[in-house]
Amino acid sequence: MLMLHCPFCDEYVEETELQAGGEAHLKRFGPGSSDDEFHDYLFTRENPKGVHFELWRHINGCGKWFIAARCTVTLEVFGTYPANCTEPPQWIKDKISEKRPGWTWREFAG
Amino acid sequence: MKRYSAFAVAREALRYHMGWERAWTSPAPKRHYDVIIVGAGGHGLATAYYLGKNYGITNVAILEKGWLGGGNTGRNTTIIRSNYLQDPSAAIYEKARSLYEDMSQDLNYNVMFSPRGVIMLAQTEHEVRGYKRTAHANALQGVPTEWIDPKRVKELVPIINLEGPRYPVLGGLWQERGGTARHDAVAWGYARACSAMGMDIIQQCEVTGVRSENGRVVGVNTTKGSIDCDKLGMVVAGNCSHLSDMAGFRLPVESVALQALVSEPIKPCMDVVVMANTVHGYMSQSDKGEMVIGGGTDAFNNYTQRGSFHHIEETVRALNETFPMVSRLKMLRQWGGIVDVTGDRSPLISKTPVNNIFVNAGWGTGGFKAIPGSGWAMAELMATGHSPLAEEFSMNRFKEGKFIDESVAAGVAH
Ligand SMILES: Cc1cc2nc3c(=O)[nH]c(=O)nc-3n(C[C@H](O)[C@H](O)[C@H](O)COP(=O)(O)OP(=O)(O)OC[C@H]3O[C@@H](n4cnc5c(N)ncnc54)[C@H](O)[C@@H]3O)c2cc1C
Ligand SMILES: [Zn+2]
Repeated sequence: MLMLHCPFCDEYVEETELQAGGEAHLKRFGPGSSDDEFHDYLFTRENPKGVHFELWRHINGCGKWFIAARCTVTLEVFGTYPANCTEPPQWIKDKISEKRPGWTWREFAG
Repeated sequence: MKRYSAFAVAREALRYHMGWERAWTSPAPKRHYDVIIVGAGGHGLATAYYLGKNYGITNVAILEKGWLGGGNTGRNTTIIRSNYLQDPSAAIYEKARSLYEDMSQDLNYNVMFSPRGVIMLAQTEHEVRGYKRTAHANALQGVPTEWIDPKRVKELVPIINLEGPRYPVLGGLWQERGGTARHDAVAWGYARACSAMGMDIIQQCEVTGVRSENGRVVGVNTTKGSIDCDKLGMVVAGNCSHLSDMAGFRLPVESVALQALVSEPIKPCMDVVVMANTVHGYMSQSDKGEMVIGGGTDAFNNYTQRGSFHHIEETVRALNETFPMVSRLKMLRQWGGIVDVTGDRSPLISKTPVNNIFVNAGWGTGGFKAIPGSGWAMAELMATGHSPLAEEFSMNRFKEGKFIDESVAAGVAH
């Protein structure tokens, strides 16, 4: 079972205490955006084989949203951080670079 | 290719079975093919088969990173049905189901299609209404299905407990010509037929890059060297985003683990397939006597072909209520597959932003039943550029808001 660290409760909690919220750091597009932007925001996903950023909610705990950086191939968790940011904090980028040399933030979508 | 027949069995019995030939060849890749199909699962192999059979295109390679049928095709619980709600789904799934009826004869390979009947249990008022609606839709689509009451459910499934404590059985949607087939045999049968047409099935050959020039695909890089092609079909299920990434576009797909398990073999006790979607469990009995049980998907992206244990717990708990005898069964094996789930729970059979690359993916938790129909449509699309069966399944439907919303019929695993 997946276990993640809730940055608010400062506890490792089991998956059954959490609710998955899908890919994190999506840039929101709304009225006024182009069809392509709106479509991509709503439907296309990175779905990477490797480093993935995803939203989780500690639903059976503090109820707050956080983001987990995780490897979808090894299930290794690089770290978790509060969801109130538009891109991953530097410490987590550094940690991922150390473990996955050559990795870059949003290489594909960017 | 030597044909399989009762006569061949007798002939081989008399000579120590030394005369059987290999079912398919294992050639080294050529430099160039007219068509390359990536992924030797059911959908990839069926695509190749109908390219040859329906369009005479046989200079085809099917590239497989592992062994053929080792993906979801060899991991699923083999339920075949076509009782979907929306017209495009009913059309392609019923085409597939009808091709299953004589697939063994067509391929000269016993795929053990067993149209034993499929019941989808209604255990809430919502489901009652939903399935009655589906039965009406199916009547209009020409797909024979029927709403049945609890008494009839009990007649068909004597081991069922109608008075479940949480979710009593209120009736069911019954498709008499639904059933199961042997999953490996479907892959093997298509592979043998493709090989007999002169196609190359190349196993342990992973595609690691897609080469395109001026918006057209020219070939792929693989662990067995680079291979050129005029057209490329990506049919890799849970790995489709990874492949599309190589070609430089993204798909409306996420990959998650779906699990199944089988019990120890027991005497025949249930001769239909039963699906209980509210409680996330479905069950059939294999010819070996094992109870084949499917569960739910994980909620997070995953490529490991392993799922979370608590889903197994949920599934078994639910089945215990509906089939009390299950509580005395030992479970033998449990496994997972990586399924490709789209935004509207319907598949993609589509052209892509790169000319001459076609994608067939998004079958998610329910694509085994679709294999022949999907291959039929994908072959037509790749050969002629247009397929009526595939039309509504274009990846552009998300942009146009033309969803094929089957989340009621297919949101649960089967
Ligand atoms: C547990 C479980 C239960 C299921 N139950 C049912 C059911 O009861 N009924 C039903 O209809 N459906 C069911 N399904 C869904 C069904 O199994 C799939 O939709 C279907 O088998 C998909 O077939 P495919 O050919 O698209 O994919 P696959 O069989 O997965 O084939 C894709 C192939 O592509 C290969 N590949 C991937 N990447 C590369 C690469 N880079 N290079 C070369 N090759 C590559 C893979 O190795 C794989 O062999 C179930 C699935 C699971 C996991
Ligand atoms: Zn918390």
